[in-house]
Amino acid sequence: MKIAISSQGKEKDSLMDSRFGRCQYFCIYNTEDDSFRVIANTAINSNSSAGIEAANLVLKENIDIVITGNIGPNANEVLKRSNKKVFVSEMKKISEIINEYKTIN
Amino acid sequence: MGVRINIVVLSGKGGTGKTLVSTNLALIMKSNYVDADVEEPNGFIFLKPKIKNIDNVEVDIPSINTKLCQKCYKCVSFCEFNALAIVKNDILVFDKLCHSCGGCKIVCPFNAISYKKKTIGIIEKGISDDILCIRGVLNVGEMISVPLIKELLGNLESNINIIDSAPGTSCNVVNTLNYANCAILVTEPTEFGLHDLKRAVALVEDLKIPFGVVVNRVIEHNNIIKKYCEEKKIKILSEINYEKKIAVLYSSGSLLIDDENYKKIFINLSKKIKEHLLCN
Repeated sequence: MKIAISSQGKEKDSLMDSRFGRCQYFCIYNTEDDSFRVIANTAINSNSSAGIEAANLVLKENIDIVITGNIGPNANEVLKRSNKKVFVSEMKKISEIINEYKTIN
Repeated sequence: MGVRINIVVLSGKGGTGKTLVSTNLALIMKSNYVDADVEEPNGFIFLKPKIKNIDNVEVDIPSINTKLCQKCYKCVSFCEFNALAIVKNDILVFDKLCHSCGGCKIVCPFNAISYKKKTIGIIEKGISDDILCIRGVLNVGEMISVPLIKELLGNLESNINIIDSAPGTSCNVVNTLNYANCAILVTEPTEFGLHDLKRAVALVEDLKIPFGVVVNRVIEHNNIIKKYCEEKKIKILSEINYEKKIAVLYSSGSLLIDDENYKKIFINLSKKIKEHLLCN
């Protein structure tokens, strides 16, 4: 499973960004090989509908799951239509969110 | 006849009296009244015209032929407004975000994009007290109002047209001013009124449109708007006092010109407009 988490920074210790469309980074975590990498959210400078652009961006990374604080109806529609799951979390460290996900699943 | 003069009434700040000024002025000047505040047109509440004609306004929205589409996503990357999105085995069109620019069809290498019409609103025409009243009404939920404004103002009749603009200095107002021969800026003597008046002045000066100011809700004659206009050498065309009676008349849907005292304000304003804006 590949998980995209909206993030304020590039480290595992960074806090989750509660926004989806205009977050700074996306942390991409792969549960199978425990790999972790970070991509910059290029949608942050979008004039309008950053959420849709951010959804397009994470879909190109072949993710299965998105974890964020808030997601708008348009971005949610894009992810839902692509059969991706969206989870909402409180603002915590990325490492904590990953651990929490592992304990639940 | 045959001359068309468009006078745009705008404000910067909302709720300063654009509709109050433009409805009463249109009747005094025996001009056409055009409500271009298409997101919430309210001039017809006061003029109560008998509607004679309703036309639909349509825009072009992309439609993706899934048999021809090869999922190259060139259209998705091209769209500046993020109106297209990749979804599983398909491309999702957010038609409310589309600006109908036509770019996605041009960049598509597989000819998979065609356009279909979508109605975004209507244009209503009617007659009230012998004056022609026209308004654009954007459908609820639509976000792109400029095509409706262009359709509304691009086909105006010869005569003087008093155009009631949307508030602010947004695309809607800029596109309305593209049709203006002159402009009336309505404001009020408050800090917000002054702040937003400055923005509206910057806009009309940039577009090189002759303009004058109407100050509404005047309590003291020497106020911050007057001071600003004197410094900037801007003509104040009229002042309307802050009176409970005006608020009562307006909130009951009545016209101020039905009252002889207030009628004088608009007769004078009409004269000032002819002297300062139309004779230049």
